[in-house]
Amino acid sequence: MMKYSYFPGCSLDATAVTYKRSISFVAEKIGMELNEIPDWNCCGATCAHSRGKWLALALPARNLALAEREGLGLDIAVPCASCYSRMKHTVHAARKDEADRKKIEEIIEMPYLAKSDVLSFLEIFALPEVMKACKEKMERSLASLNVACYYGCLTARPREITGGISTENPMEMDDIIALTGAKPIEWDFKTECCGASHQVDAPEAALPLIERIFRNAKANGATAIVTACPLCNLNLDMREEEINKKSGTAFDIPVYQFTQLLAVCMGATANEAGLHKHFYPAYDRINDTLRRAGA
Amino acid sequence: MARIGVFICHCGTNIAGVVDVDEVVKAAGKFPGVAYATEYKYLCSEPGQQTIKAAIEEHNLDRIVIGSCSPRMHEVTFRKMLMSTKINPYMLEVANIREQCSWVHTDKEKATEKAIDLTRMAVAKVCKSKPLFPDSIGVTKRALVIGGGIAGIQAALDIADAGYAVDIVEKEASIGGHMVMLDKTFPTLDCSACISTPKMVEAGAHPNVTLRAYCEVESVKGYVGNFEVDIRQKAKYVDHDTCTGCGACEVKCPIKVSSAFNQGMCDRTVMYKPFPQAVPSKPVIDALNCRKISGDGKCGVCAAVCPLKAVNFEDKGEIITEKYGAIIVATGYELIKWQDIYPEYGGGRFEDVITGIQFERLVNASGPTEGHIRRPSDGAEPKDIAIIKCVGSRDINKGKAYCSRACCMYSAKHAHQILEKIPDGSVHIFYMDVRTPGKGYEEFYDRTREDGANYIRGRVSKIFKEGNKLICKGEDTLLGKPVSVEADMVILETAMVPATDISKLTGILSIGSDTDGWVQEAHPKLRPVETQTAGIFLAGTCQGPKDIPDTVAQGSAAAVKVCSLFSKVQMETSPIISAVDREKCSGCEMCIPCCPYKAITVIEIDMHEHGKKVKMNVSDVNSGLCQGCGACAGACRSGAIDLKGYTNDQILMEVDALCL
Repeated sequence: MMKYSYFPGCSLDATAVTYKRSISFVAEKIGMELNEIPDWNCCGATCAHSRGKWLALALPARNLALAEREGLGLDIAVPCASCYSRMKHTVHAARKDEADRKKIEEIIEMPYLAKSDVLSFLEIFALPEVMKACKEKMERSLASLNVACYYGCLTARPREITGGISTENPMEMDDIIALTGAKPIEWDFKTECCGASHQVDAPEAALPLIERIFRNAKANGATAIVTACPLCNLNLDMREEEINKKSGTAFDIPVYQFTQLLAVCMGATANEAGLHKHFYPAYDRINDTLRRAGA
Repeated sequence: MARIGVFICHCGTNIAGVVDVDEVVKAAGKFPGVAYATEYKYLCSEPGQQTIKAAIEEHNLDRIVIGSCSPRMHEVTFRKMLMSTKINPYMLEVANIREQCSWVHTDKEKATEKAIDLTRMAVAKVCKSKPLFPDSIGVTKRALVIGGGIAGIQAALDIADAGYAVDIVEKEASIGGHMVMLDKTFPTLDCSACISTPKMVEAGAHPNVTLRAYCEVESVKGYVGNFEVDIRQKAKYVDHDTCTGCGACEVKCPIKVSSAFNQGMCDRTVMYKPFPQAVPSKPVIDALNCRKISGDGKCGVCAAVCPLKAVNFEDKGEIITEKYGAIIVATGYELIKWQDIYPEYGGGRFEDVITGIQFERLVNASGPTEGHIRRPSDGAEPKDIAIIKCVGSRDINKGKAYCSRACCMYSAKHAHQILEKIPDGSVHIFYMDVRTPGKGYEEFYDRTREDGANYIRGRVSKIFKEGNKLICKGEDTLLGKPVSVEADMVILETAMVPATDISKLTGILSIGSDTDGWVQEAHPKLRPVETQTAGIFLAGTCQGPKDIPDTVAQGSAAAVKVCSLFSKVQMETSPIISAVDREKCSGCEMCIPCCPYKAITVIEIDMHEHGKKVKMNVSDVNSGLCQGCGACAGACRSGAIDLKGYTNDQILMEVDALCL
């Protein structure tokens, strides 16, 4: 049933602690078993594939091989969009070309058969059985919250590697958020880039990318943005006030991980859902919404 | 002993550039039976043909081999030439040393060797050739035009004016096709309906034309000159012989559905004529949406108000069987379903992203807004309008590889109409190239730019909504910079694609279509309105995207082909057909399912066996139906069937010549 090998990735212990806490809470509530891969290492993120093909394939491959060695035969659940992308690339390479797979094995000095699939938490929560389990555990409603579901680039792209999720107008997160009673809004920047790590090294070029995401969300009536990626969340959450100051905008849109809203509705405290761990105040919006819904 | 003449053509440098023609002539001179061999620069030319004729006389030749281009190109030419000589036109073999040799090879030595082999085979085959004589059959002088758009109407009128009977089968309730939906036509800006409705009326009133609206072709049997066609008359639920088209029923019909004629931009009643100028000007019931027929059965208002009691809810339609001598396919086009393939343009989520044909209805005085340009979402007049060209055309990743040909011009026309009707408006046209090959076309495009249309070279990558505005994000590839245009309405000029049921029709007619589904012409340059099946012609956009002038020209061209067929009392048929040797035929019937033209039947004949008279079943080939494909000859276990002109003997001679 709901059993996965779990690769949390580096960010979940640092910038994405909100994601980690809410995932743990929700998983426990719905009885999802997450077996953390023992001795996992960094997926390589952006650095590895800018260094070269084999480093970029080998780093995720070691984690996938470790999961295989556990012998549980489970698919691998990955919360971070970037880790997900790197791991998908590795699985794709190993499945597509036998020579590549052998070379990867040689580098990591472990057998790796690429039998298990890599799934993002978005894909997992969009499964009918998981949706059903979540629905059964809903205690509170976030009705009156208008949510812009922001998928970012890597959950959907490149299509030939990630598979199912639409690159233009995905609906998976919208369906999940609808479980909380909140209203997923129709908007047009679901899969636009947040600037990723360029928010650090080239903010002058990257800040406008975030600004336009906020602008379109607001223009379409969003009172909250929900993400499924540590870096998307960090970039939006951390830069909102800066953009308001620099551009004279008045965006007042807290940015949550989708699992945080699920956790809140399943009865998590602010601490359990990580609502105090945001740059842009996130607690009040949830609190007000819950109160208005009479919960 | 045969006296064979071999003639090798240079085809300029087409053949001689790769094949050593002199070597081929030298080799051919030594083949058994060859009395004379020579070469010439262009054998198909008049002096070339004279050379052959002179050689026939001088060397007393009784059969000839020509090494040249494909027989599909000039076999007919040379056969005609032979008609004025003592040699039967079928005592000719063409060795294809151009398409199958010089055009596809670069190694001169090997190409020359191959040309010699091909010629040797032809010489061997022609040794066994026998004179053949065409047969003749009668012709039914009535034509069938499938599709009542402007191509079909034009073809039908031309045939009718020549004095022949013609039927138009149209699947919709009125003829008119796409042209009658359009507002104005480029580059002259004359009103599309004003020039096409008189033609529709003429077709409806012409004594030689029978309109069969709301009909579809069900099956086609027979062959050129003698087709038998089953036409399904769909249930109209209105007796058109009684109905006067007064319109009372249409006014009273209480149920409304989206109007296909108006591209879903307004509603029509379920008892309907597609548009006011419809021909025939009588309504039908859209049974699927009718409360009386498909609902709870409680309505029936139309029958109650009809003063002539013409409404008949029990109408089941009928099958009409007619005989025709020729068929013209003029089924037209549809527009690509862009919503499925362009989610980045909203995939249909934005009401104000419309297609070119929707704009035509919007700007048309008889359209849903009576010609005022108002956007669908709120009925407001849009000020800033973006036009995106090549949506689905020239896009191998998402749409079609081909150019839809008419869009560049009608987008210029759209821009012109917008700037004329909304003087304080602006138009931005995203384009890849501007293609204006036609009389007065480039001038029209220039004029549109002078009107103030802003042409931006680049594709739009995304359309999104901000407030009331649609933002078109793209790249200006001339400036090398990203651009974004704020628009109140966006018009997508979408690709033309073949009608959805075209593959069913091409199947029924046994005619070919290309990879995109367009009906295949017999030759792209020299037989543009013929199909590979004799007696079936094509006209208009069923063959590929084209504009109105080209469509009308093809309609007339197809009509001429039909008229020339009808001008003969008897029609000559090709003698290259199958023949059954009844002595050898065992009546196994293997050949019958092999025949794609249903030309073979089994007949009972009297035979003499050991002095006794016995009845035998043998295969019999209908010389009118047989198209000479040879499938039966291949399938015949006892070798009883031979394809004349390609007999088993001849084929074996060829194989021996190559292999022994």
